[in-house]
Amino acid sequence: MIWNSEAECMSAEDTRELQLKRLQEVVKRAYENVPYYQKRFSDVNVYPEDIETLDDIEKLPFTTKTDLRDAYPFGMFAVSQDEIVEVHTTSGTTGKPTVSGYTRKDLDIWGEVMARALTMTGVKKSDRVQNSYGYGLFTGGMGAHYGGQKIGATVIPISAGNTRRQLEIMQDFETTVLTCTPSYALYLAEVAENEGIDTEKLKLKAGCFGAEMWTEEMRKEIEKRLHIRAQNVYGLTEIMGPGVAMECEVQEGLHIFEDHFYPEVMDPDTLKPVPDGEKGELVLTTLTREGMPVIRFRTRDITALRRGKCACGRSQVKMDRITGRSDDMLKVRGVIVFPYQIEKALLKIDGLEPHYQIIVTRPEQLDELEVQVEASPALFSDEVKHIEEVKRNIENIVHSEIGLRVTVNLVEPRTLPRSEGKAVRVIDKRKF
Amino acid sequence: MKLKQISVFLENRKGRLQKALNIISNAKINIRALSIADTSEFGILRMIVPEPDKAQKILEENDFVVKVNDVIAVGVPDKPGGLDGILEVLNKADVNVEYLYAFVEKKCENAIVVIRTEDIDTGIKVLKDGGVAMLSPEEVYTL
Repeated sequence: MIWNSEAECMSAEDTRELQLKRLQEVVKRAYENVPYYQKRFSDVNVYPEDIETLDDIEKLPFTTKTDLRDAYPFGMFAVSQDEIVEVHTTSGTTGKPTVSGYTRKDLDIWGEVMARALTMTGVKKSDRVQNSYGYGLFTGGMGAHYGGQKIGATVIPISAGNTRRQLEIMQDFETTVLTCTPSYALYLAEVAENEGIDTEKLKLKAGCFGAEMWTEEMRKEIEKRLHIRAQNVYGLTEIMGPGVAMECEVQEGLHIFEDHFYPEVMDPDTLKPVPDGEKGELVLTTLTREGMPVIRFRTRDITALRRGKCACGRSQVKMDRITGRSDDMLKVRGVIVFPYQIEKALLKIDGLEPHYQIIVTRPEQLDELEVQVEASPALFSDEVKHIEEVKRNIENIVHSEIGLRVTVNLVEPRTLPRSEGKAVRVIDKRKF
Repeated sequence: MKLKQISVFLENRKGRLQKALNIISNAKINIRALSIADTSEFGILRMIVPEPDKAQKILEENDFVVKVNDVIAVGVPDKPGGLDGILEVLNKADVNVEYLYAFVEKKCENAIVVIRTEDIDTGIKVLKDGGVAMLSPEEVYTL
């Protein structure tokens, strides 16, 4: 089923026409109502009337997370406070949170895109959606809530946490669809197993999971343990919240709701667009947002765009599952490497502590990649040759994962930095 | 006659060896014999101490990676060719030596050699059959 076939199956030509019209409107609205944009556009000598084609978007400056932070709390709003009916913020894990303000119409659109997303997981009026995304300033809870209500499904606004109660409600209310973070879905499955609940007997059929990076392996795990189809939703507070893009039942990428959000993919170093199908940093522009238009926001998320009609019948452009962040993307000897790839390789080795650090140097002309991992009793032997064997084994596993030779060095336990939030995994000592 | 040896992983970094020995010293554990195998990136500190379990525990509490394993202690006549004779016994029986280290004890005539063979039980058997005098843990600890 498709929620809005007019929008979701629109021809590429009609989409571009609609996008251009909306882009011109939003640029004008941002320029006229947000001093930040007025200044940024004037600085590069670009004005709303310079946007004559969609490609002209490249003339506009990027908006970064720092820009939004500097505008904290309400500096990016394009309407008077009277018209803002809801605000959300990011979690602020990497600094001051950024604020997102919504008008009545913005909330309608949010409900619309999330209705499309939930419809992709099969939600109908008759469904019971257990919304286990956190409610509050975090956008997840309200986003899924509005979407479920728009469809007319029964929304169970249970929020995150209180896992035993979640399982009780799931059984008693005969929940059919679960919305939460993928890691929470796995945790629910784990607790259900421990409590002796037969997940096969639950009425659950699908889940809409997002708000964090997750892998195909994790999807398979959730699908197996909860006996559901698990689909990936993408969004970010700065742009709207969940519902910027959603994976359809084909499970090969996420359709971006491009009548509301204009996607570009850039080489994060050169900031030049990359062709469809190539990986780069996703840059998003809100096309219809009133309360807080955001122009060319650098998401830092790494993905690739793929166009063409999908087997599900939709035509809206698809983006790949997010495979990393441009802030930790490395280019080593011309090869793109993400710390998660190295992590994935290290996780294949028994007895290895999941603490590691990647050090990039350029002693001569060539880049060198060193991976430091913590020694553990399982890796340690009193014989030099055994330790060297362990090192070589890890080196080979990492090599086959990333395609680059690395040097693995064992360091003493608890010597690599620990962090409560995002760990610093990469130390780049190269001088460019 | 197996003897417990403790091995400690050392990063090739300033002060690490001293730190490990300082921990042992503060625990009032006397080191009977010691050797260090080193490479450019890491080292392995091997020690014979009277209280290997206690030493392991205290080092682990201080975040060192430690292993306790068995080695053989052999008394070797303190004269030319002493060690050669012992290695010949092992060599003839095709027993591979992983590593060894020696120390001379003032109180007795013999040098003491700590040997780790690939297969420790075979090593012991071969040495015994060859008439080589092995030392018990007690003998080594109380030297």
